[in-house]
Amino acid sequence: MDLDYHALAPEIVVAATILVVLALDVALPRSRKFWTAFAGVLGLALAAVPLVTLAFGGGPSTRSILGGAYVVDDFALVLKAVFIVGGYLVLLMSVSYIESDRYYQGEYYLLLLTSILGSLIMASSRDLITLFVGLELVTGPLFLLAGWRKGDPKSNEASLKFFILGVLSTAILLYGMSFLYGLTGSVTYEGIRTAGADLLDSGAFRLAVLFTLVGFGFKITAVPFHFWAPDTYEGSPTPVTAYLSVGSKAAGFVGLLLLCYKAFPTVTEIWGPALWVLAALSMTLGNLTALRQDNIVRMLAYSSIAQGGFILVPFAAAAVTSDRSIIREAASATIVYVIIYAFMNLGAFAVVIAAARRTGTAMIDGWAGMWRYSPRIATLAAIFFFSLAGIPPLAGWYAKFAMFLAILRPTHPWATTLAVIAAVNAVIALVYYARVGKTMWMDSLPEDAPDLSLRTRPLTGSLALALGISVLFVIVAGVLPFQLAGVFAEAAEVVTSGI
Amino acid sequence: MAWFESAGLSLIVFLPVVGALALFAFPKANESAQKWTALLVTGVTSLLSILAAWLFDYRAAERFQFEVTESWIPAIGANYHIGVDGISLPLLVLSSVVTLLAVVYSWDHWEEPRNVRGFLALMMLLLTGMNGTFVALDLVLFFIFFELVLLPMYFMIGIWGDGARRRIPVLGRTVTMRLYAAIKFFLFTLFGSAFMLLGFLALYFRSGDFLGDNTFDIPTLIALGAENAFGSGTFAFLVFGAMFLGFAVKVPMWPFHTWLPDAHTAAPTVGSVLLAAILLKLGSYAFLRISIPILPDMARQWAPFIGLLAVIGIIYGSLACLAQSDVKRLIAFSSVGHMGFVMLGIATMTDIGFNASLIGMVAHGLITGLLFFLAGSLHHRYHTREISRLGGNQKLMPWMGGILAFTAMASLGLPGLAGFWGEFMSLVGAYQPLSGLNAGQFQTYMVIGAIGTVLTAGYMLWMLQRVNLGEPKDEWSGHEFADVGFHEWLAWVPLIVAIVAIGVYPRIVFGATTDAVVNLARTAFGG
Repeated sequence: MDLDYHALAPEIVVAATILVVLALDVALPRSRKFWTAFAGVLGLALAAVPLVTLAFGGGPSTRSILGGAYVVDDFALVLKAVFIVGGYLVLLMSVSYIESDRYYQGEYYLLLLTSILGSLIMASSRDLITLFVGLELVTGPLFLLAGWRKGDPKSNEASLKFFILGVLSTAILLYGMSFLYGLTGSVTYEGIRTAGADLLDSGAFRLAVLFTLVGFGFKITAVPFHFWAPDTYEGSPTPVTAYLSVGSKAAGFVGLLLLCYKAFPTVTEIWGPALWVLAALSMTLGNLTALRQDNIVRMLAYSSIAQGGFILVPFAAAAVTSDRSIIREAASATIVYVIIYAFMNLGAFAVVIAAARRTGTAMIDGWAGMWRYSPRIATLAAIFFFSLAGIPPLAGWYAKFAMFLAILRPTHPWATTLAVIAAVNAVIALVYYARVGKTMWMDSLPEDAPDLSLRTRPLTGSLALALGISVLFVIVAGVLPFQLAGVFAEAAEVVTSGI
Repeated sequence: MAWFESAGLSLIVFLPVVGALALFAFPKANESAQKWTALLVTGVTSLLSILAAWLFDYRAAERFQFEVTESWIPAIGANYHIGVDGISLPLLVLSSVVTLLAVVYSWDHWEEPRNVRGFLALMMLLLTGMNGTFVALDLVLFFIFFELVLLPMYFMIGIWGDGARRRIPVLGRTVTMRLYAAIKFFLFTLFGSAFMLLGFLALYFRSGDFLGDNTFDIPTLIALGAENAFGSGTFAFLVFGAMFLGFAVKVPMWPFHTWLPDAHTAAPTVGSVLLAAILLKLGSYAFLRISIPILPDMARQWAPFIGLLAVIGIIYGSLACLAQSDVKRLIAFSSVGHMGFVMLGIATMTDIGFNASLIGMVAHGLITGLLFFLAGSLHHRYHTREISRLGGNQKLMPWMGGILAFTAMASLGLPGLAGFWGEFMSLVGAYQPLSGLNAGQFQTYMVIGAIGTVLTAGYMLWMLQRVNLGEPKDEWSGHEFADVGFHEWLAWVPLIVAIVAIGVYPRIVFGATTDAVVNLARTAFGG
């Protein structure tokens, strides 16, 4: 078989990096294991090179291999770029964090890279089997990573909960997929799309569609499939949590985008209302619960549930119309939101790691008066958290703006209602995001403030780099979102092309 | 001056934010370099604003001038479109100059926890947001600038604000005022502007029905509004309502005003000054720039309601003032009343009313700005703002007392000073509102408003009597009080001069605004 190696090059580079890390881990003495981190960071950076040549190097705009099951087009390229850059940021955050634990460094990077590889595969998948393989490759390593801090019972709990519910959701997903195959006789999105139009009245088909959605509902932590997330997020090592809330979540959204717009565009009646409800519930419950959190990581967990709700909103817009331009705009809004969310949430987690280094705690109150000893971290925290709240001119405003544009365009009463729910939620969210800024900038230093040796701990270079990249993105994309918007419009064009 | 045509306004908007970043080039300890930089940047910004007023073609005040249009977010058709006309020009000059004076005043007034660099940076970021709002001619751009002022003001109140603890009956607990006021200000405003944004987007989509392409461009939407394109159905009603929520919270109109007394009282002096002098104007300005010309039919329908809330605000604000024991809180409530007059002028939907509201905005900016400076300086010296503990101020600090008396007179609308025109003309306007509106109803508003002016005079004079006159309280015997200082003179004299100048020669403002508001009323309502 004649494979298009250029199209597969990013995956090949990542796979090779995985092997190199594995070999280094075996070969290096314990004191030099940090080289595995270096290899991982370098390898992931190299994986971006073929991505650039694929995007700008001429050649066909769509490369289809493995009989159409694996496609590299604008949509896949944009999302792979996000996964690689996001993964890169997580690796940078991990370096000092994992090194300080002093064990299993090699395995850590190995598993993280494997998960990233899975997300690259998902972005290109054009049939259920490839999608499933990709998804499992994303999730499997994360079960282990969540339990990385073996001595900590919370980490064990995190891993176990994640594993049990992950397996449950996988089972539901597979069940739905097997129904889909049985009813349509096809595993490709294309085949399901053409056959699905005639199966609209079939109860089994409805069930199959809903089962697959529920399966992804777990991955994107949509309410009511979210309950594993807060405990898992809190117990996992913080860089892993960052990856869970961004990388694996974005992978879930990619799967959802592909299924909804490529496999199920003819049956919007089935998934539209379902996703409307998930969006409204996720935003509202996520926000209301986040209000009551004292632990910053748990707060971010609930905030990411709420953000997931915002990301789901455009799907509901696509469901109430058959106008292609509206559907395309909805898809583009989701992609824009996922990408901006990825950067600002990773930035927020990087700040959490940095702040926890200086204070030794993840409780929000422990950060009181931080600007007095760490003005830069406090500034960055304000930037990322207010960006998550959607305050201009930080990037988060454009994500929310694009979301509102998408949901208001159909001028359908249900769509407008969801827009109002989203608007109210945007205001509620400000309360807890602003609280972080308030604690760091406005509360006075507590009596039991962390002692000087802790407060003056320097940031590691890799963490500083991760913070720098994300803050740059958050500010530039907030002031000049136009380049971004153009790129995403092309990606959306591709993903909705079947409709 | 070709360069000014193309770059002038952009410089006025973005120079401050560049200045804010430049502050961080100096080490934290080098405060004087930071102050001089801030002075230089706000000074140049003010000069450029005055230059804009100098070069402005007053014979074509209804036209947007110094316009710049650059593509910004092509995917949604949002442009970087800015310009000024007779309505925005006075406000633009006001905001630049008041911020400059605030920098001057700050020179030797720093509230804890000091951090000179941070404070100046926030002040200049705020200036970018305010100036940007006044020149923005694109709804998305307007939204961005409108929101940009939130973060700096939030931090200003929350960090440098008043640390007193007070019991809030509604919450049932005791809170630190600066923290409570900061988040309340932020939440109220964001709540309003979230709905405002929904309204903007609805206009955007509907505009496509008439133009083929959707647009956020304000002049284009105004042109559509002149043909009454958006009609007077449910759609227009909801859109006007959504935008009303955003603007009315910002003004603030009764009953959305409750954030204002807390924010003004808790904010540091300069924060209160900027909040009162400029931030409040963003809301009332937006009515004139966006709501009325784009949805004239709805404006006409909502006018009686807006007028009603305005007069309630006037009376409520005045009565609340009578009950205050804190000088700063009293001035804060007086803002509710004064902005009531501004909104009453707007509610008449006539050129006279619009003109009244504009001169009212400028006058309130100058007068209340000065009052907050004075309240800050009094607090600085007495370490209290309790009216009952003050008294005999005139004897202790004759100059300060004199300026306070002058400003209070200006605030109560003494003829010959700036405050007179706004109140007087909005009442005149209410006598004969736009044809089609119920004249009897507006005449009732006029009478109520007139009672409000009496109440205003009442609480201002009473405050003056308790603070300035009589004998100093025993607790101050033996204290030496420094009278008005050098930087205070420097910051206040321009305000005093402007208050007198506009009072005797209101054409300073009307010269710019009249043609613009006449044109606004004519295109919106015909005739």
